[in-house]
Amino acid sequence: MAYGGYEGNGGAARRHRAIKILLAGGFGVGKTTLVGAVSEIRPLRTEEPLTESSKLVDSTVGVERKTTTTVAMDFGRITLREDLVLYLFGTPGQERFWFMWDELALGALGAVVLADTRRLADCFPAIDYFERREIPFIIALNVFDGSRRYSAEDVRAALDLDSGVPIIMCDARSRESAKEVLITLIEHVLFMTDTPVAR
Amino acid sequence: MVRPYAVTRGRTRHSGEAFDLVATVMATQARIADPGLLGPEHFSVLQLAQAPTTVVDIASDVDLPLGVVRILLADLREVGLVTIQAPVPMKTRQVDRNTLREVLHGLRGL
Repeated sequence: MAYGGYEGNGGAARRHRAIKILLAGGFGVGKTTLVGAVSEIRPLRTEEPLTESSKLVDSTVGVERKTTTTVAMDFGRITLREDLVLYLFGTPGQERFWFMWDELALGALGAVVLADTRRLADCFPAIDYFERREIPFIIALNVFDGSRRYSAEDVRAALDLDSGVPIIMCDARSRESAKEVLITLIEHVLFMTDTPVAR
Repeated sequence: MVRPYAVTRGRTRHSGEAFDLVATVMATQARIADPGLLGPEHFSVLQLAQAPTTVVDIASDVDLPLGVVRILLADLREVGLVTIQAPVPMKTRQVDRNTLREVLHGLRGL
């Protein structure tokens, strides 16, 4: 059923375009820092079903039928134009919040996997996830003070990445650097849409 | 502490078609046929949707859990008070290239 008759707000409003980008990576790798560097951060609460593992933590004794738990997260919003807004969602790093990913990934344009070279393995699950769902992604290496710098090619080999996946170094605290990360992702998505799917 | 799903009268699932986190929500200005069906939270949500906004923006502004806001929005949709429009198809392989270029341009200009 169409609500065609309800154009009360001055006729057909200009279409509001919302673009969703995911930011994944291990716990503590700097996702929130990067979102905050480039966008307005907004808090978001979700109520999610308790998983078996979290039940062990959140004792439900005496709280009958408590079947949900609160997950606090946040998202970033960048208004590019009045009708064009970019939304950045950090995917919860802890394993027990993985159920949130499918909701976040639905309709996502692409993803940034933020990695720390000292704990590269932390981003394996995110890479697997985006590869399986064919969501375009890039790797952003958050270069921490004192962390050894690896070449992009070392990292590519260590992560067993396809040669087409861009890898860039970044400083998650820097606005310019965070912008560059997003630009790299959008360029990658543009490139992917240029390239015929070859499988 | 208020049980989060008390405002939805215990419902944990919303009615009707599913919608995205960044789906556009907009009030229709339709007449409210039966205000008794709506709780204060419905009106708070409706107020926020007077200008086009998104599901997550509303959830953040009303400070209610996302799941609750989804249910309230679906209720409002059911009685014709809001429209919920999927975001412009942005999924992989359905990308609107002009929009992507606009995004690039916008990011560079930040």
